[in-house]
Amino acid sequence: MSDNKQLIDVFMPQLAESLVSATVGKWLKQPGDRIEQYEPICEVITDKVNAEIPSTVDGIMGELIAEEGQTIGVGEVICRISVISTNESVSVNIPSNTVTVEASSTVSSDQSMRSRYSPAVQSLAAEHGLNLADIPGTGMAGRITRKDVLAYVERGHSEQAKPSTASSALTGGINSPFQGLSHTNPAVTPSQYVENKSPAARNSGLHLNETPQIPNNVIEGQQGRAETLIDITPVRNTIATRMRQSVSEIPHAWTMIEVDVTNLVLIRNKLKDEFKRNEGVNLTYLAFLLKAVVNAIKDYPIMNSVWATDKIIVKRDINISLAVGTDDTVMVPVIQKADQKNIAGLAKEVEDLATKTRQGKLKLDDMQGGTFTVNNTGSFGSVLSYPIINYPQAAILTFESIVKRPVVINDMIAVRSMANICLSLDHRILDGVICGRFLQRVKENLEGYTLDTKLY
Amino acid sequence: MAVMEYIDAIRLAMKEEMERDENVFILGEDVGVKGGVFTTTKGLMDQFGEERVMDTPLAESAIAGVAIGAAMYGMKPIAEMQYSDFMLPATNQIISEAAKIRYRSNNDWNCPIVVRAPIGGGIFGGLYHSQCPESIFFGTPGLKIVAPYSAYDAKGLLKAAIRDPDPVLFFENKKCYKLIKEDVPLDDYIVPLGVANVLREGDDITVIGYSMPLHFCMQAAEELEKEMGITAHVLDLRTLQPLDRNAILESVRKTGKVLIVHEDNKTGGIGAEVSAIISEECLYDLDAPIMRLCSPDVPAMPISPPMEKFYMLTKDKVKEAMIHLANY
Repeated sequence: MSDNKQLIDVFMPQLAESLVSATVGKWLKQPGDRIEQYEPICEVITDKVNAEIPSTVDGIMGELIAEEGQTIGVGEVICRISVISTNESVSVNIPSNTVTVEASSTVSSDQSMRSRYSPAVQSLAAEHGLNLADIPGTGMAGRITRKDVLAYVERGHSEQAKPSTASSALTGGINSPFQGLSHTNPAVTPSQYVENKSPAARNSGLHLNETPQIPNNVIEGQQGRAETLIDITPVRNTIATRMRQSVSEIPHAWTMIEVDVTNLVLIRNKLKDEFKRNEGVNLTYLAFLLKAVVNAIKDYPIMNSVWATDKIIVKRDINISLAVGTDDTVMVPVIQKADQKNIAGLAKEVEDLATKTRQGKLKLDDMQGGTFTVNNTGSFGSVLSYPIINYPQAAILTFESIVKRPVVINDMIAVRSMANICLSLDHRILDGVICGRFLQRVKENLEGYTLDTKLY
Repeated sequence: MAVMEYIDAIRLAMKEEMERDENVFILGEDVGVKGGVFTTTKGLMDQFGEERVMDTPLAESAIAGVAIGAAMYGMKPIAEMQYSDFMLPATNQIISEAAKIRYRSNNDWNCPIVVRAPIGGGIFGGLYHSQCPESIFFGTPGLKIVAPYSAYDAKGLLKAAIRDPDPVLFFENKKCYKLIKEDVPLDDYIVPLGVANVLREGDDITVIGYSMPLHFCMQAAEELEKEMGITAHVLDLRTLQPLDRNAILESVRKTGKVLIVHEDNKTGGIGAEVSAIISEECLYDLDAPIMRLCSPDVPAMPISPPMEKFYMLTKDKVKEAMIHLANY
C-alpha cells in the first residue's frame, strides 16, 4: 500500500450544444498549484459563452498542455492534474485514442477460408480462365481476395512463359502453392500498393480542400527588418472586434462641455484624508463624477438605452461600465446598479474594480450588463478625447483633466478649476438637444457640490 | 469564395433564395427574434421582416400543416423543426399530406415545401435532442430526403431543395454546424438532388455514408493510407431519397468490399436499403460480405457521457471496421 501519484487528464468540456472547440483565455492555476475539486482552473472563451472550467478532482496542477489563446477541440486534453491516491487498485487512466490495429499485424495460420471464393473472385477467375488453387490468398484465414486475383493476373501476363512458378516467385521459394504464403508477411503486401499507388484524387474540387489555417503571427526577430510582429492575444482580438463593430454600426456624434469644479476640488481636499483613514480607499474625483452622471441619467433615462433595429430598449438599472486601462489592454468592468450607491459606495467600487483589473482578477460577472460607459481620461492628462461607444450602449462620457484657468465671472477674471466633459453618442437614439440637456444636468450636478455635500 | 462554417452556409442559402424569390419564407419555433436556437436564421428577420421569418407556436404539426397549405397556394415555405426529435407530431402532415398531394390530385397540385431539421448526437443532448429520424421518412415515396456532410453541399443542396417543386426533408447535422469549416462560393450554385459524390478515390475498400460520420470516415481513410497503405473509396450519398443507385453500384464495383456507415440505428436504416440494392444488382462483384457500422439498436441517445460515447460512432470505431473489411 504505497502512495501512488497519478496524472489525470482534464478535457475541454462541451460548453454548449453545437460547439466543437473553445479558446483557452487564461490559466488560473499554474503547475505546482494545489487544486480542490470544482475550483476553476482556467477561463475559456467561445463565440457563444465565456466560462471557467472547474477541476474534476483534488490534486496538484501537473502540466498545462493548452497555451493561452490556443483553440482546443472539445474532448481534447488541456492539462494534467496529479492526484495522490492511497488506493492500491488504482485504475490507470487509459488514453482514449488507442486504436486497435492488431488485426492488421497478426496474420493467422488459419487457412479455413482458403477455398471459400467470393463472387468477385469467381467472376474474375472465370473471366481470365484461372485455376484458383494456383493463387496465393492474403485475406482473412487464407482467403483469396479480389486483389489477390488481380495481382496474379498482372504477374501472370509478365511471366506467361513459366506459369508454374508464378506463385513461387511471389511467395519466395516455397514450392507448393497449397502450402501457400509465408505467414510472416503482412496481410497486404506493400508491393501490391506500390504499383497501384496513385494520389487520392477527389472528383469534386474546391469544397473538399482542408480548412485553411488562420495565420498565427508569432514574434520573430528577423534580422534586417525594422519591425516586430506581435501575436494578437484573445483580449486584443476582442477589443478589436468590439471597436470595429461599434464604429461600423453606430453613427457616432460628439459634443463637449466645460465644467467649473472649483467647489468639488475644495470639498475633496477637505474630506479625502479623513475618508482614507475611515474607509481605507481613496476619495477620487471620479466617484463624484459618477454620482453626477448617474443622477443625470435618472433625469434623462434615454441615455441608458440600446438600439434594437425597430425599437429602442431603455434599461431600468443604471450599470456604469468603467473604462480601466492597463499597459496593453483596456477593460470595462461594470458598477452594477450604480443608481443605488452613494458617493462613498461608488469610490469603493471604483477602487475595487480598478484593483481587480490591474491584477487580472476580473470575473465574467464583473464585465457584464453595462448600460452606460464612463472613462476617466483626465487620469492620464487628456483635456479632450473622442471616445468610441461601448457597443451596444447609447453613449460614452469622458472626464478630462482638471486644470486651473482664468475664467470670466460677472465681468471679472477669476482663477477657477475647470474640466472638460466629452460625450460620444449614438445618433440613431440621441440628438443634440437631449444630449445638451443631459450634459447641462451633469454640469449642474458637479457644480452643485458644496462643503455640505454628504458622502453617505 | 469564403471560409465559412456549415451553419453559415445553410443561413446563406436561405438568405440568397429569399432575395431571389419573394415567395420563399421561413417559419418555425424561435426562428425570428431569436434567430434560431443554433443561430441558423440569425439576422434574417431583420433583413426580411416578420412576415417572411415567422415565429410559430410550439406545434410542429401546425408548422408543417401551415407550410403545406402555403406551398399549395404557390408559396415556397421553409419549415424549421427546432430539433428533428420534435418532428414526430408533424409526421402525419408530412407523410399523409405533403408526400401524397401530387399523386392524390393527379398532378393538379404540388407541394414545394422544405422541412429543415437538425439531426445527430454527440452534443450531450440526450434523448430528445440527438435522434436521427431519417429512417422514419425513408420508405415514403413522394418525399425527397437530403443529408449534407460538407458546407459546400449544405448550401448547394438547400438551394436545390428550395427550388424543387416537391417536398424535401433537409436533415442538417447539428454537430457539423461548427465543426465543418471550408471554402464556400458566395455566388449562386446548386448541388442537384439525387446525385452522390465521391469524396475520395481508393481501391481496397468502399465506404458509403452520409452526414456527420463521413467526417470520421475521411479521417480514418487518411490514417489508413498513411499507416497501412490501405486506400478507401469514400462515397457521400448526399441525397437519401432518391438514392443514386448508379453511383453506389459503381463505387462497389471498384473494390468489391463495402462498408456502410451511418449514425441512425442499424435495423431498418438507410444502410439496409443500400445493402439490398448492392446485393440485388452486383452480387458477382462482391469480394466480402456487405458490412454496416451504425449506432446500436437502443431506444434513444443515452444522457450519460460514457454511454453516449458508447453509442456514438467515432473515428476509431470506423477505422477498426475499415481495417476488418480490408483484411477480409
